[in-house]
Amino acid sequence: MRELTLDDLDDMVLGATLLGTGGGGDPYIARLMVRQAMEDYGSVNIASPSELDPDGLVLTVAVIGAPTVISEKVPAGPEFTGVVNALASYLGKKPVAIMPIEVGGMNTLIPLAVAAEMGLPVIDADSMRRAFPQIEMTVFTLAGIPASPMSVADEKGNVMVFETTTNQVAERLARSAVMQLGLANGISCYPMTVRQIAEHGIQGSMTYCVELGRKLMAVQKGEEGAYDAFLKFAEAKKYFSGKIIDLDRRTTDGFAKGTVVIEHLTDPNRTMRIEIQNELLLAFEDGVPIITTPDLICILDHENAQPITTETLAYGQRVDVIGMPCAPEWHQPGMLELVGPKAFGYDIPYVPMGEVK
Amino acid sequence: MSRLRIGIDVGGTNTDAVVVDEEGTVIASTKSATTPDPSDGIAKALSEVIAGVDKARISQAMLGTTHPANAIIQRKELERVGVLRLAAPSSLAIRPGAAWPKDLLTSVMGPTAIVGGGYEYDGTEIAPLEESAIREFAKACQGKVSAIAVSCAFAPANYEQEIRAGQILAEILGSDFPVSLSHQVGSIGLLERENATVLNASLFGVARRVVNGFQQALVGHGLNVDSFLTQNDGTLMTADEAIRLPILTVGSGPTNSMRGACALAKISDALVIDVGGTSADVGILVDGFPRESSAAIEVGGVRTNFRMPDLISIGLGGGTIVRPGNGSVSVGPDSVGYKVITESLIMGGNTLTLSDISTKGGRLSGFGDASKLSGVSDDVVKLALAWVDEQIQILCDRMKASRSAMPLIAVGGGSHLIPKSIPGVAEVIIPNHHSVANAFGAAIAEASGMVDRVYRYAEQGRDKCLDDARQLATEAAIRSGADPDKVRITSVIEVPMSYLPGQGCRVQVKAAGPLAN
Repeated sequence: MRELTLDDLDDMVLGATLLGTGGGGDPYIARLMVRQAMEDYGSVNIASPSELDPDGLVLTVAVIGAPTVISEKVPAGPEFTGVVNALASYLGKKPVAIMPIEVGGMNTLIPLAVAAEMGLPVIDADSMRRAFPQIEMTVFTLAGIPASPMSVADEKGNVMVFETTTNQVAERLARSAVMQLGLANGISCYPMTVRQIAEHGIQGSMTYCVELGRKLMAVQKGEEGAYDAFLKFAEAKKYFSGKIIDLDRRTTDGFAKGTVVIEHLTDPNRTMRIEIQNELLLAFEDGVPIITTPDLICILDHENAQPITTETLAYGQRVDVIGMPCAPEWHQPGMLELVGPKAFGYDIPYVPMGEVK
Repeated sequence: MSRLRIGIDVGGTNTDAVVVDEEGTVIASTKSATTPDPSDGIAKALSEVIAGVDKARISQAMLGTTHPANAIIQRKELERVGVLRLAAPSSLAIRPGAAWPKDLLTSVMGPTAIVGGGYEYDGTEIAPLEESAIREFAKACQGKVSAIAVSCAFAPANYEQEIRAGQILAEILGSDFPVSLSHQVGSIGLLERENATVLNASLFGVARRVVNGFQQALVGHGLNVDSFLTQNDGTLMTADEAIRLPILTVGSGPTNSMRGACALAKISDALVIDVGGTSADVGILVDGFPRESSAAIEVGGVRTNFRMPDLISIGLGGGTIVRPGNGSVSVGPDSVGYKVITESLIMGGNTLTLSDISTKGGRLSGFGDASKLSGVSDDVVKLALAWVDEQIQILCDRMKASRSAMPLIAVGGGSHLIPKSIPGVAEVIIPNHHSVANAFGAAIAEASGMVDRVYRYAEQGRDKCLDDARQLATEAAIRSGADPDKVRITSVIEVPMSYLPGQGCRVQVKAAGPLAN
């Protein structure tokens, strides 16, 4: 077990923003929530699966809703403890640990606040190691693990537990429920044993996120050689440095979609186009796809290396575009159907990172 | 005879004043040092600038001041504030004052309470307003705070509960007890809006003193005129409004400078560079208003959701120190600052500064003694100016939104450093009166109105929603004093909200127009 310190928290926030790949919700609010929970209930331990009872129950917790609503209807607490307690009592078993479903964006941090309040460790794993917009977009779905039973709750004490037949149905039901519950809610799904997580989860996500954030923080502080160290750690590559010359946003089917066009800083004949659906999904250079989901596209401020979220993209920003390979656990049968370009409606092939063109 | 306006700008170093006519011609201007009590400097600048002007023609006076901003930065003269949030049971996981710097927290934050209330995204109540808890909170605040800040979940969409809470507070604490309501202060983002509202309430005392000082100075000079303060977006609020909403003035300095520069040059779309002794700030004006930054703005270390001008600063000014090396020079980032008038070589000092380089390079004349520069080699001048030119070009390029060339307007005491031609810049303009661009910007400021709310396009259609927002913004601008015949929409920002049903979209619209006479 490893105690998470407040210093770790700052690194984790930065790492989570990066892994949000432009979306995933601003972790700022979640950080404030974790700080208060640590003040009120004490610190949180990160545990690896090998430190826990293999048959112990692990419950996930996340916020579900609309980021703009969450910025106005700020988290309360009972919507998160509520979903965990609901599943625990439905299953008739107490959890031994809490798990993030999504290490990327604000859902990286919510489990820490819940774990602090419930006096449980957070297991060092997740199911995405990036942000994705839908519940079924997990490595667990690939492994055939159901999201069901699943619980959704609000801050007032309204709680529901769902049994669903597929993880896609779970997504639809959860989304309908939160529209009735104020669009800033807690969700718990994919209840699992520690053994299942060790076998099917993405391992070490929380510590990876902290270390990634720490490496990026060093870049922001201007430490010598930090950029290379950061890229090496993430096995990432800087694909493009340029200036945003066009930005088009629209909302369809609940997704914030958009296109951003970046002109190269020194060679005006080179442009990069990035397609957005909540997250940054595809990057093309001169019409050729070079980074594709589920690999990660991150836009950093060219001057201070701060990850830029899709909501704060603006004309004229000078940016670096970084590509990072997705967690290796993603590479198994069914990945492209679930989270590849076609899953988001783009008729282009997946381009594994490193193989340009 | 056309009417005249007075513009006064109190900056960190100088207090400037101008008198302008309706056509925007500068009739008189003055520049003097800012005084410890800014009211003294305002009175002095005022008496200098109106000497020789027909007072009867003066109809309006505008003040831009950094005083509230400095009060927050220096934690001076701030008042203790009770903080009431209407949102429970939501939001309990984050208390008021979370992430505030400790020193500011201890000097400002009084009793806090999160009570039942607030609205959902669809306009229904999170909980009915918990009136008894508000009464209890008011009693807990009695004698302990000078003001109360009230915020409510989704107040930008519905502020009935905030108004009601204000009434209850007034019943217990008296109708003249100062209360700041969040819907008047900020936009979407409860925590940021609450922070801004608390800071606003803590500035009530400072604001009263500044406004009283300004109005007394006007009356003392026999000027019975309407008085206004400039706000962050370059538009005006009445002096009475400014007493209630001083936080909205904290970013007005750079805005006034940029708007003043453009108006002096008589163009509405341009890059603006303000070169002082220590640094150069570049911004961009689009349709007469500064482009705003998309990043969260911290005021005194506290996160707020204000929109401030998007500025890039670098250490390049008249006092920037130049160090010749072997076949190269290193420039800055340190500067002798305002001591450039004694420390630079041309003024008989011992430090090679960019003002010396500019003189030897032929860009600056009539300042100091050029003969003191015999020891400075032409190579050093060439290399230093090449560095300056490159930096200016990079700054301009970073600010521009497209590759097409734009004019650059240069203001400030160090504007002599700007080269006559810059790649990507259509022309370099150094307007007359550029040294009082701030005060000029205040004098020409317009009245404005804004709306910031969430619309659901699926219900009424996008066009109808945008029309509604434009209408509301226009009405707000007219309420603030804009001439109904001349008011226009100055910006429309749409941010689609992910996962919100019914094509939810946050719409921010601003309207502005010259004051009606």
